Amino acid sequence: MADKHNNVNHIETDVLVVGGGAAGMFAAISAARTGAKVLLIDKNVVGRGGATIMAQMTCASALGEEEPDSPDQHLIDTLEAGRGLCNENLSALLCENSPKRIRELEDWKVQWVRQENGKIRQVIAPGHSRMRCVYVDFLRTGAAIAAALRNQISRNDAIRKLSNVSLTDLVTHDGEILGAVGFEVSTATPVTIQSSAVILCLGGMTKMFSRTTAPNNIAGEGLGLALRAGAKIVDIEFLQFYPNGHMAPRMVGLDPTTWEPARVKLGGRLLNGRGEEFLNNYEETSGEKYDTARDTLTHAMYKEVKSGRGSPHGGVFLSFQHIEQTALKNALGPALEIFHRNNIDLTKRPVEVYPIAHYQMGGIEVNTDMETGVPGLYAAGEIAGGANGANRLSGNALPEAMVFGERAGEAATKFAAKRSKRRWNKTSAGPHVELIKGVLGKDVGEGYSPASLYGDLKELMWTKVGMFRNEKDLSEANTKIRAMRLNELQNLVVSSETIHNMSLVEWFELRSGLLAAEALTLAALKRRESRGAHQRDDFPDTLNNYQLSQKIMLENGKLVSSLMEVPT
Amino acid sequence: MIDTKNTPPDHLKSTRLKIWRGTSREEGGHQEFAITFEDGETVLDGLTALRRDSVPDLAVRYSCFNANVCKECTMLIDGEVQYACIAKLHTGEMQIDPLPNRPLLRDLITDTLSNKEKL
Repeated sequence: MADKHNNVNHIETDVLVVGGGAAGMFAAISAARTGAKVLLIDKNVVGRGGATIMAQMTCASALGEEEPDSPDQHLIDTLEAGRGLCNENLSALLCENSPKRIRELEDWKVQWVRQENGKIRQVIAPGHSRMRCVYVDFLRTGAAIAAALRNQISRNDAIRKLSNVSLTDLVTHDGEILGAVGFEVSTATPVTIQSSAVILCLGGMTKMFSRTTAPNNIAGEGLGLALRAGAKIVDIEFLQFYPNGHMAPRMVGLDPTTWEPARVKLGGRLLNGRGEEFLNNYEETSGEKYDTARDTLTHAMYKEVKSGRGSPHGGVFLSFQHIEQTALKNALGPALEIFHRNNIDLTKRPVEVYPIAHYQMGGIEVNTDMETGVPGLYAAGEIAGGANGANRLSGNALPEAMVFGERAGEAATKFAAKRSKRRWNKTSAGPHVELIKGVLGKDVGEGYSPASLYGDLKELMWTKVGMFRNEKDLSEANTKIRAMRLNELQNLVVSSETIHNMSLVEWFELRSGLLAAEALTLAALKRRESRGAHQRDDFPDTLNNYQLSQKIMLENGKLVSSLMEVPT
Repeated sequence: MIDTKNTPPDHLKSTRLKIWRGTSREEGGHQEFAITFEDGETVLDGLTALRRDSVPDLAVRYSCFNANVCKECTMLIDGEVQYACIAKLHTGEMQIDPLPNRPLLRDLITDTLSNKEKL
């Protein structure tokens, strides 16, 4: 029900789901089937924005179709990869329920690749002790999942989906969620949403780094929104750098993660700038086999380049030259044509790869019902912290999104049903609406724009808060980010244009995202050890007294950190 | 033998982008921008660099950036419907227009959503 009085759209719903990737779509479907009226919004397009659609492969699930396997075994591998920091309850939830979601997607016509005997094909990926990872050819696991979920949503009358709506604030009263405020990107019209429960499925903050696999809308804003609403975030210093990220030559039409599935299927040799294998210098086996964990591989590549043995663009070579053309074709199918359009011929020349920001392990603190501690606020998918500890197993992101999304939808609906009807509180929402109107057209001129600030922030995060960190860089970054958040943001130029004003969208992304970036930097400073994806040049060892979970919250406008026992 | 002769990005090329600006087909017009680029870079690379460096109010829509899966960056490039994220920049001059058969919103953005997906 839209009310356009006073040039504000007002909508009422039982459950608001924010973010249209796998977590958000599963949350919406699950909430609807538990009986809720659902509003599903995305800043871009529902089912097309977000990271899910970009995932090429794979999905870890203990189906046991290829060899005997169990959720317990999947859990053991997940905890091992998490370097002592997994919230075991959340990891167990992921592993236990992944097969249900995979079967459900099968019912919804996702074409998992099959073995000759008709069973689902499962392959091994680094860190897994079993052939466990399912996929859709060719390189379109995420796209196939997104399409199936879009289809389910479009035929479900209980779900209203709205694309091009940017969320700017959660509305709370007495510490409880009343709804949210945002604006329609195409018109800049403020939107107020009264909702008994809100589920944040906005992904991580990998857009904050220059080299990233993230889509344009994964900007850490959900973390900032949650912090401002009173939620805690946990282990945010752990951000996964994906080792085999494409670097050169410029390749478009495929996600830069494309070499991971290629390596899972074909192996491929990693070589330094001199054409020599180098993994054996880092206590790993060189050669074609691909079984090195992501954090170890990232470390090896970084050190090799730093030692002056990098490739021309500052990465390492990945070569498939020893592999027959037919084997390449069988494994990569139509992707070969895309390589060809980018002047890449794998039989003739290697590509250059280097780690790239890929996935946020830490996130909003949740329990196994995806409750955040703020009554009415839920989080699911990459934005939820804990299940993957200090390092995520490959293939665990999609099941995390689906399992947690499904769980959040059900729990939020049950919460909404028993919650007494609350009156929309215009006083609580008012300042948020006024802020949107105030930012639009502020300081019209030729100065520094949100897009320019983004450019500087990405460079800063990549160079100072990247895969290898130290006290000096982190302190500098922390100071600079706080200055961006408290001072520079206020002086950015945003024109008064109302139609698709990208600067307005970016201003609000930065307002929340800078808070998330500052939290990450603070957490990285406080963790004076190296563990999983958090590597400190000045504290290279993993320390027992740091086998603790780090929580960050906002107190009187200031971020504060505390170290706590890891939940078991 | 490993070919280690991949050329580092030290040779920039240049082109002129004639970009449609405006909120109506009748009153808008083309605005010209000179940009430099490296071999292999795309129209979307050029447009986002323009936004970052000098034209922040240029309206262009995209999500997945270069993976060609979100399909949001469809536009008319040198007279052909293409995805800006995979169409390569070339030297000389390039004309960039919004999709011709959709309602124009602003600059390179047209309305591609179904009615029930909008407010």
